[in-house]
Amino acid sequence: MAQSVNLKPFYIGLAVLVVAGAAAIWWARSSSRDEGPRAVDPIPVSATEFYGYTLGSDSAPVEIVEYSNFGCPWCARFAVLTKPDVRERLINTGMVRWVYRDFLLGDHGAGNLAHEAAACAGEQGLFWPMHDQVFFNQGRWMQDRRPERTFRGYARDIGVDIGQYDDCMDERRYLGRITATRDQGVGLGVQSTPTFIVGGLMVAGAIPYDSLYTLVMRAMPADGQ
Amino acid sequence: MTVAVLSVIGFFISLYLWLWKVGFLGSLACGDGGCETVQLSDYADFLGIPVPFWGMVGYVVMLAVSLGGLQPRWAERREPTLLLLLISGVGIGFTAYLTYLEAFVIHAWCRWCIVSAVIIVLIFMAALAGIRTARRPAEGS
Repeated sequence: MAQSVNLKPFYIGLAVLVVAGAAAIWWARSSSRDEGPRAVDPIPVSATEFYGYTLGSDSAPVEIVEYSNFGCPWCARFAVLTKPDVRERLINTGMVRWVYRDFLLGDHGAGNLAHEAAACAGEQGLFWPMHDQVFFNQGRWMQDRRPERTFRGYARDIGVDIGQYDDCMDERRYLGRITATRDQGVGLGVQSTPTFIVGGLMVAGAIPYDSLYTLVMRAMPADGQ
Repeated sequence: MTVAVLSVIGFFISLYLWLWKVGFLGSLACGDGGCETVQLSDYADFLGIPVPFWGMVGYVVMLAVSLGGLQPRWAERREPTLLLLLISGVGIGFTAYLTYLEAFVIHAWCRWCIVSAVIIVLIFMAALAGIRTARRPAEGS
């Protein structure tokens, strides 16, 4: 005959485990409630708000918003390994309009300074060349004791007017705007970098080209327009 | 009992991944984006259904079998344990295939999938131990 084991404590423990699991799922849902494909509202923008640095046609059917930090290794990995393909196959072909938004992080001091340097270059219409310089050389300037000098060198290399750049950096002209962009991202539910918003779906992590392409196809209007 | 506890944990991991896949969750707590890469790959569906859903089904079945095996009617019989061994064995085979895809095809690691893989192996080992334990008295008599 079956052994007379009292299973009641086991069932209670199992029930506690189920409740804990359900609570964990609920917590995950609550902490990201502004993110999922159904939850991300159209990205708010006002006349006074900075929309981001854009690449590609304004009439592209899909827009990808990237929240990124120049000091984040995974952001650099994406910029170096994946972004060239994205530019060639998605942006240059008119399928995608890319929007880059700054996302300052607390533990990447020089990376945060790089955002100011890129913004000052952007003032002269050279954000993207500076973006490439900073990401492609991240391993170098992250070790620098004086990264501001290195950024200044990059600015000179890409043809930035150094006098104007110096004034911009000295005044910390874009720090407030960059911080506001980060706060806007936090408000949308961005928690880490890089984070992408593709047609209402928020995805965190340096996803490869194929994954991004899948998301673009998912976001593409039915008529392809 | 061990299998029931492991099945519940595995079920919630699968549920978590499935809820992300269907858009109920915004982002996965995965660190480096590997989970998203795997979930968005061409291999994220099996027979047209997201892989995590199959995981949920498998864990629910194993939970049901393990709880059934605890009932007085089945407690002394080997069938529930054999069934668990069979299901978890199939699960290991499927998990091995998915792990191969992560390592050599997708080139990204989904940490939650790895945890699930460990759980299915533990369930298999527990079922195996259960079979041996059940066999021992019979051999001794």
